[in-house]
Amino acid sequence: MTTRRTLLAAGSSLLLLRPAWGTPESLRAAIDTFTGGKEARNGRVTLAIDPLVENGNAVPVSVSVQSPMTPADHVQRIAIFTPQNPLPEVAVFHLSPASGRAQVSTRMRMATTQPVIAVAVMNDGTAWRHSVDVVVTLAACLEGG
Amino acid sequence: MIRALIRTPTLTRPGEVVEIRVLLQHPMETGFRPGVDGQVLPRDIVTRIEAHFEGERVFAADLFPAIAANPYIAFPMRVTGAGNLVISFQGDNGFVQRETAAIRLA
Repeated sequence: MTTRRTLLAAGSSLLLLRPAWGTPESLRAAIDTFTGGKEARNGRVTLAIDPLVENGNAVPVSVSVQSPMTPADHVQRIAIFTPQNPLPEVAVFHLSPASGRAQVSTRMRMATTQPVIAVAVMNDGTAWRHSVDVVVTLAACLEGG
Repeated sequence: MIRALIRTPTLTRPGEVVEIRVLLQHPMETGFRPGVDGQVLPRDIVTRIEAHFEGERVFAADLFPAIAANPYIAFPMRVTGAGNLVISFQGDNGFVQRETAAIRLA
């Protein structure tokens, strides 16, 4: 017998099958892969991004990390993640003592209002992060609509 | 060949940390977006940028579809002397390109 209740249950399970956006699980998995399973602590990383952006198609973003960038103590990788773009990864930057300074800039797309997370991995294996909540008024047309 | 603009400082001193800016003319089609006919357009992005100074790798970046069209990347580099900075790009559909910029000392 088909009741309203079973139809509703069927409908919600169908929605669960195909998430239209990235999920917190895919974000966590992407960050874990990037840090090698290490927990990223808050600090040392500064993510510079406007808290309110008008155009999600090109959002200027800059990440800097407090580090002397010597062979003994330097940043190896910096990555940017978002929870609600179709893919959690935005970019991964590979640095070395030859960089001299840990600061990179780019322009990214944002599908909706969401946090942006920057994570840095040091040569000693520790991971650091900084997250900024960003409000987007015009979303990037990532999935049409 | 796509247009690539590479900005290096005009004159530097050894030991100075400079910012290299790279701007590519590339659509960075995400692979998530339907075209005018309703079909999803195939992904066409630049996936990797590498910078070598006189044979030593000084920077690399892996890019994903969330990088804006006409990608702009700025990265730091400690100047060790005069020489050539070779920046290579890789992308979908067999896209490979190599650009050279000179680092000059004051």
